[in-house]
Amino acid sequence: MNATVDDRPLLSVRGLGKHYGGRMGCRDVGFDLWSGEVLGIVGESGSGKTTVLNCLSGRVAADAGQVGYTKADGSVVDMRRLDESARRRLLRTEWGVVHQHARDGLRMGVTAGANVGERLMALGARHYGRVRGRALDWLARVEIAESRIDDLPETFSGGMLQRLQIARNLVTEPRLVLMDEPTGGLDVSVQARLLDLLRGLVDDLGLSAVIVTHDLAVARLLANRLLVMRGGEVVESGLTDQVLDDPQHPYAQLLVSSVLQP
Amino acid sequence: MSGAALDVRNLAKSFTLHVQGGVRLPVLTGVSLSVHPGECVVLSDPSGAGKSTLLRSIYGNYLAQSGQSLVRHRERMVDMVGAAPRLVLDVRRHTLGYVSQFLRVIPRVPTDQVVATPLRAQGVEASEALARARAMLERLRIPERLWTLSPVTFSGGEQQRVNVARVFVAEYPILLLDEPTASLDSASRLAVVELIREARRRGAAVLGIVHDAQVRAEVATRVRTLADTEAA
Repeated sequence: MNATVDDRPLLSVRGLGKHYGGRMGCRDVGFDLWSGEVLGIVGESGSGKTTVLNCLSGRVAADAGQVGYTKADGSVVDMRRLDESARRRLLRTEWGVVHQHARDGLRMGVTAGANVGERLMALGARHYGRVRGRALDWLARVEIAESRIDDLPETFSGGMLQRLQIARNLVTEPRLVLMDEPTGGLDVSVQARLLDLLRGLVDDLGLSAVIVTHDLAVARLLANRLLVMRGGEVVESGLTDQVLDDPQHPYAQLLVSSVLQP
Repeated sequence: MSGAALDVRNLAKSFTLHVQGGVRLPVLTGVSLSVHPGECVVLSDPSGAGKSTLLRSIYGNYLAQSGQSLVRHRERMVDMVGAAPRLVLDVRRHTLGYVSQFLRVIPRVPTDQVVATPLRAQGVEASEALARARAMLERLRIPERLWTLSPVTFSGGEQQRVNVARVFVAEYPILLLDEPTASLDSASRLAVVELIREARRRGAAVLGIVHDAQVRAEVATRVRTLADTEAA
């Protein structure tokens, strides 16, 4: 992060809301995210955290609020008011979305190398050798052996699939990455490896990220700041270690006191 | 106290335990103290008096209810009470170091990288950060064969020294030390004492909790309790 602490946030969310029929998905969610920061959203299943993430990316259409995003060229757009093609272009170029289930974020019918190279080609890269080189480089960064580049993702383990999905998203060097339970459902040793990888990528690339997780230990190690959600609303927000070590809201206290050593 | 690097005024902190019937525990009720550059103030209250709570409240790890906790950051006084999280992070990155009694790290990250992390966050180039981290580990007598291993499996004393190393390597202008020498053997204790003295000589302001009488005598320029009042 640079010297000033009062520049414009990368992402500025206000009053975000979503109803599914009569059921509330999320209500009046707001936060700012600055360049180089990782924001964690924690809460139990059904608390609305994934809804928030999906409303940010536009995967789900929010019915209220603004999602202000400062583009690389310095202009500010409201993601909710962008037309579909402009939104898709931004998602492909400046944003990355890592899904909880790696299969949702990968193309299972094409090779690992093609999964990583595809986003580059979508941005106009045409030189086969260079695209393959970048794909190899990224497979190495997520610790997938070079020899697997021409294999189909079907042959990969769960942890490898998740790392492949991360490589596919980061190869275009996005400025903002949204991640839904990136370490969910993985063995503990694989989870540790992924945490190490994510932390390193955030530090090295100056990436900003919004990470949804129900795992407070993961949140502590990855996030600078936290939102605690319950019943579709943010009940507490603050510095990660402050929220976990000195939670103020009764629900946040219950959440923290209910887990084994977050 | 215009020259102070750390100036705590009337700081109050209580805990409301909603999960346990809403019990309210007042821990700090109006603590005031200041620490100047080059000073090492040691708190001498008995266990349970709230010394660690004070350090955590100054660091922004705990939310104080009232009062001020002013730290000299980028040539101005910043009040950590009520500061925006982003400002607190900037203060922690550049100004305020805190040696806690716990080491929390991402599994698998080698010890030398753990210690280099605060320097990297300050913008120090990777190879220099690593070299300085290793030099600090050497001073704290962590054997070289352990540097490339994660500290997760280290002994309590080794973890504590890694904790000390990653704070002192960054040469923060203000240091908060919560029992930095607890669980250390005498040679390691001596190394930490020397680091604290060096920090003072370069002008750091140090506020510490030290129960060991000998260490206290060797590092403290002033010993006081939470209840003591200072002339403003």
